[in-house]
Amino acid sequence: MPNTEPTGSTPALADELARLEEIVRKLEADDVELDAALLLFEEGIARLRSARERLVAAEVKVQAVLEEAGGDLRLTDLDA
Amino acid sequence: MTLSLPLNTPSASDQVWSVGRLNTAIKGLIEGNFPPIWVRGEVLQCKVWSSGHWYFTLREGRSQVRCSMFRLNASRAGKPPADGTEVYVLAKPGLYEEKGEFQLIVSRMLPTSAVGQKQQELERVKALLQQDGLFDPVRKRPVPPYVSTIAVVTSPDGAALKDVATVTRKRWPCARILLVGARVQGEGAVEDLVRALRLVNRIPGLDLCIVGRGGGARHDLAAFNSEAVCRALSNVRVPTISAVGHEIDISLTDLVADHRAATPSAAAELAVANRRDVLRLVDDLSVRLASGLSGRTRLAAARLARSADRLHAGMEWVLDSRRNLTDRLAAQLDALSPLRVLGRGYAVPMDDAGRVLKQRADFIKDASFRLRIADGDVRARVE
Repeated sequence: MPNTEPTGSTPALADELARLEEIVRKLEADDVELDAALLLFEEGIARLRSARERLVAAEVKVQAVLEEAGGDLRLTDLDA
Repeated sequence: MTLSLPLNTPSASDQVWSVGRLNTAIKGLIEGNFPPIWVRGEVLQCKVWSSGHWYFTLREGRSQVRCSMFRLNASRAGKPPADGTEVYVLAKPGLYEEKGEFQLIVSRMLPTSAVGQKQQELERVKALLQQDGLFDPVRKRPVPPYVSTIAVVTSPDGAALKDVATVTRKRWPCARILLVGARVQGEGAVEDLVRALRLVNRIPGLDLCIVGRGGGARHDLAAFNSEAVCRALSNVRVPTISAVGHEIDISLTDLVADHRAATPSAAAELAVANRRDVLRLVDDLSVRLASGLSGRTRLAAARLARSADRLHAGMEWVLDSRRNLTDRLAAQLDALSPLRVLGRGYAVPMDDAGRVLKQRADFIKDASFRLRIADGDVRARVE
């Protein structure tokens, strides 16, 4: 289907927030070594930044799904 | 089934059936070929047994059929109908094997007086869908927590799409809304809705599907009560919300969908999280992340300090014990030292090469030699 957002390259927001929760829980537990904790922290910061950017910058996109004669699906932007 | 049975007696080669086998075969033929059907007729001689089962005859003109309605279904039907009551029954034709009696096994009964034609159709479809488990609560899937792509199956010209977009823009602007257009009333609406719902299953990366329309007169909602639309909706592979825009009427799609909303706006509120809440969650996570790390570093620092203390204490002990050993050895060496003897006033004679002169023969007349005393050497001569 042309004109679609790439879905495979960036994780879904739900996955991103779930991973963040997991990172925080691991850091809050006492059994992580310091260097592993630092790596987790760095990953957490990157994910936080990405989640916040996605939440703040986004603008609703409305599109129509059309089926072409050959059966392919096509998207066109709508003003709704 | 063709059996050649001579009029006089069966011959040895003729196949002879037992009554039981015949009844079982007929029962299989009847019951294997009929889905549940609606039948209309007058009730005669409805007998209520102590078991709670109802047995009655259904008659129309000169035709009649025996009917059984078992306790559970009978208890839902209310009072037993009086003779002559005209009813619709939802039934499966069958055979009572022991008596070889053809009968209907009735699962639902509705007096025709209470049911208009459209209502009857609705009840019929509803009963069928219910029988197939399409309203079953265990089928219901939850709305995903943070949707990114929502399909909206509705009319491109109606208010529903705009309503969904407005609410989503306000609450969850990171979503993408995909309109899958379909007529929602009048001729062709059922076919359009079925086609659109099937198309929804071909959209990649979809999280949720809203099907609905804005408010309308009751007859306008007929497509959402159609069996074909309900079955297509039940086959949608993502969670669904039905929003046909009528607070008081519930359509069958409302019962089949995973969730029901009174209006498309309400559907959007159900579908998307509130960005403010999620930003708060993100802030909370960022605080916990920072304090999680500082907790870890504090722990590591404390552990390091503990280790340094232990190292220091260990070193002190090693040094102390070495120091004691040295002192002890020094004392022993001191005791054995010849210097210590010289300290008491003795002297050691040595020639110039440093050899100790121990016997008289070592002393040659007029030869000079050294006397080693406690604080140094003294030259001497043999007389």
